[in-house]
Amino acid sequence: MKNSAYLFCFWGVLKRELQRSVQQRTRFISALVRPLLWLAVFAAGFRGTLDEQVIALYGSPVNYEVYIAPGLIGMIILFNSMQSSLSMVYDREMGSMRILLTSPLPRSYLLFCKLLAIALTSLLQVYAFLIVAFFFDVAPPALGYLTALPAILMGAFILGALGLLLASLIEQLENFAGVMNFVVFPLFFLSPALYPLNFMQDANTWVYWACVINPFTYVVELIRHALYLDLNTFALLVNLAAGTALTVGAVLGFDPARRMLYSGRPRGG
Amino acid sequence: MQFAANIQALSHRYADREVLKNVTFTVGQGSFVGLLGANGAGKTTLFSVLTRLIRASSGSVQLFGHDLQRSPAAALATLGIVFQQPTLDLDLSVLQNLQYHGAIQGMSPSHILARAQEELERLQLWDRRHERVRRLNGGHRRRVEIARALLHKPRLLLLDEATAGLDFESRIHLQRHIRALIETQGLAVVWTTHTTEELQGDDSVILLNQGAVHAQGQLADLITKAGVSDANNLLLSLSTARS
Repeated sequence: MKNSAYLFCFWGVLKRELQRSVQQRTRFISALVRPLLWLAVFAAGFRGTLDEQVIALYGSPVNYEVYIAPGLIGMIILFNSMQSSLSMVYDREMGSMRILLTSPLPRSYLLFCKLLAIALTSLLQVYAFLIVAFFFDVAPPALGYLTALPAILMGAFILGALGLLLASLIEQLENFAGVMNFVVFPLFFLSPALYPLNFMQDANTWVYWACVINPFTYVVELIRHALYLDLNTFALLVNLAAGTALTVGAVLGFDPARRMLYSGRPRGG
Repeated sequence: MQFAANIQALSHRYADREVLKNVTFTVGQGSFVGLLGANGAGKTTLFSVLTRLIRASSGSVQLFGHDLQRSPAAALATLGIVFQQPTLDLDLSVLQNLQYHGAIQGMSPSHILARAQEELERLQLWDRRHERVRRLNGGHRRRVEIARALLHKPRLLLLDEATAGLDFESRIHLQRHIRALIETQGLAVVWTTHTTEELQGDDSVILLNQGAVHAQGQLADLITKAGVSDANNLLLSLSTARS
């Protein structure tokens, strides 16, 4: 295989991911509407929540909208990753996954392409959200939009890997609703997406520790700091570790020989 | 002589039973081989092994001299595949499906477009290239799958009950097209079916029964040897042997 074949393959996978996003317009719109509702309705009601809080990163008390924005970026990434993994389960059920698996290119590379394509579509959604959020007084430093980019991409890659790992474990499309209830919502709510962790610590120690061990916590924190021109080294290290573990898990799940992705007997004669 | 496919002592078992038993056969370059067997004979499992979707418990598969396990990239690059279960993305257009397939084969966008035009024109689908696959009927979807399978110019085409669910006209059209490809392009074809009407007397046939090769040779010879009147009765004799 020529080196250019790898590039053409990545472009093809990315293009298909984008084509599907465009054709499923409601998916793109709901990806924006969901966090905007949180920003416009939920955050408006809690606007003064952080008035008494001094969060080191921001330096002074901040509006709740400003605080919640990185959490909502995490929400966009999380939901897009899960949607993409849902489409992977659909592909498997519909059979089109077989075409991908019979490509002469290495399966680990195909998975990498898929993950990066998911991450890039998440990135588009996030920046569309940030443009609208600007009109809700969420205005990080101009350079922050740039410094947040690698953090968002990294978070999207990690959560994409989580989604693909789940897709490899889920046998039927119908089971995906359970994933939303038992994976997505706990990941989101047990994190500093909506409240600073010290709120949790004051309220309930168990909940606090659940937040501490939740990898999504560090995705949100890395983005939050990067958006305000700061590097949260600990969050970066946890992200690297979680990303490595989840990617390895997804690669193993992607191997049909392990019967996780292509489970059971082939149907037919 | 280098074979298009050289399958040696292939066995595979699922937890509870052996589904392929010491399967050995070869497919010559530019030849047509019919893989015939009843439902559950192991055809689709064999197909999954040949396409590397599953790894056989033992045995070896070589495609044009490339070992499927040791050199999967080189081996898979020679293959065009049409699965029994439709594998098109219904939400994408005809052309987009082909473009995606070409990309994961490592083809450049311009090469994909040129090849897609060739194959779709040959199958009278070029004018419908921008239509979503969801809007095509079963016969046309199968044609798209054939065009897709041939896009990267494979040297061996595997068709797993490709005519299943198609009407008479579409079946005939598909068979003629595939046989013409053998004549004009020297393509080797493995045609899996349980419909004997799709085979001709001088076709090479492998009879698969309960996961094992029951017999192989020219269809007409096998019918004579079995002392039956036609291919249908040949298949029936297999089920008698099974029971």
